Amino acid sequence: MGWVANIFDSLRSLKIQQALTQSVSLGVIITWALMIWKCLIGLTGSESPVVVVLSGSMEPAFHRGDILFLNMGKDPIRAGEIIVFNFDKKKIPVVHRVIQLHEQRDTGDIYIITKGDNNDIDDRGLYAEDGHLWLQQHHIMGRAVGFLPYAGWITIILTEMPVVKYLLIGVLCLMVITSENRSLNISTK
Amino acid sequence: MHSFGYRANAVVTFAVTILAVMCAMASLSDNFNSPSPTADVKVLNVNWFQKQPNGNDEVSLTLNITADLSSLFTWNTKQVFVFVAAEYETPQNALNQVSLWDGIIQSKEHAVFWIHTTNKYRFTDQGNNLRGKDYNLTLHWHIMPKTGKMFADKIVMTGYSLPEEYR
Repeated sequence: MGWVANIFDSLRSLKIQQALTQSVSLGVIITWALMIWKCLIGLTGSESPVVVVLSGSMEPAFHRGDILFLNMGKDPIRAGEIIVFNFDKKKIPVVHRVIQLHEQRDTGDIYIITKGDNNDIDDRGLYAEDGHLWLQQHHIMGRAVGFLPYAGWITIILTEMPVVKYLLIGVLCLMVITSENRSLNISTK
Repeated sequence: MHSFGYRANAVVTFAVTILAVMCAMASLSDNFNSPSPTADVKVLNVNWFQKQPNGNDEVSLTLNITADLSSLFTWNTKQVFVFVAAEYETPQNALNQVSLWDGIIQSKEHAVFWIHTTNKYRFTDQGNNLRGKDYNLTLHWHIMPKTGKMFADKIVMTGYSLPEEYR
């Protein structure tokens, strides 16, 4: 574990100028991540272009910890598509499939019923909790277009075990501060 | 240059890159598959036809669904979600889609099937327009990959109609 000792050695010999350089490069990394995220929001038209599945209601298609890529697109929603919706922005969004759809002739408004593949009943009870009879366009955050298994587990672990999160952030910061002009390596992760 | 952290970083970065490239290639390879599925849906009986207390029409059908979806499966296919929807127009709505039956197919061996069933989900209209209504039955499929892009398509079958009277 000599590298730990090295880290503390270099911490001690830290100079102000070096510290400034490192904090700037840390800022650059954070800004990059934010820029990519905002660009994705613009490109997909979905307010959260990447979501992690938290429940088993869509099994066997999606399991807990899988990642979904969302896209709103210009095409109207149709039956069979998997959409992400919530009635209240404060609540966790739901990923379910459209099983019934009515599109009004004059206004183009849509009235939808969804259901989780692994659930026995449709989501009408869920809508009633929030005082709705149908799901409508403005409740929809996006439709699922792509799928990546398991990759979301890291965020589930980070949110459900905050200790791991702070530990990880701490170690990363320490590495950035102590490494000499090697901060770019971290961004490639 | 040759610290533990540096090497670990290089190994992890390389592994993740390779994994990402392989996932992308698996997903792209799906585009080379040009499937030719077949399907046929028969309405064997209109079991009953009623007006719900809220005024919406509701029908119960007995369906006979035959399909061969085996050509949809590739090595990157996790499952195929298949459903039969009644689709029709009404004076108020430009499009109504009501799913009547669905199923999840997880292997190529189960992709050739024949099923005799009543509608799994309620066939209800948003209003009371179902009397004597002409409608299409559409067999939709959504292909769920092991990783990557999802695909969907459908077969439309036309020429179905509902009776004029409730019973």
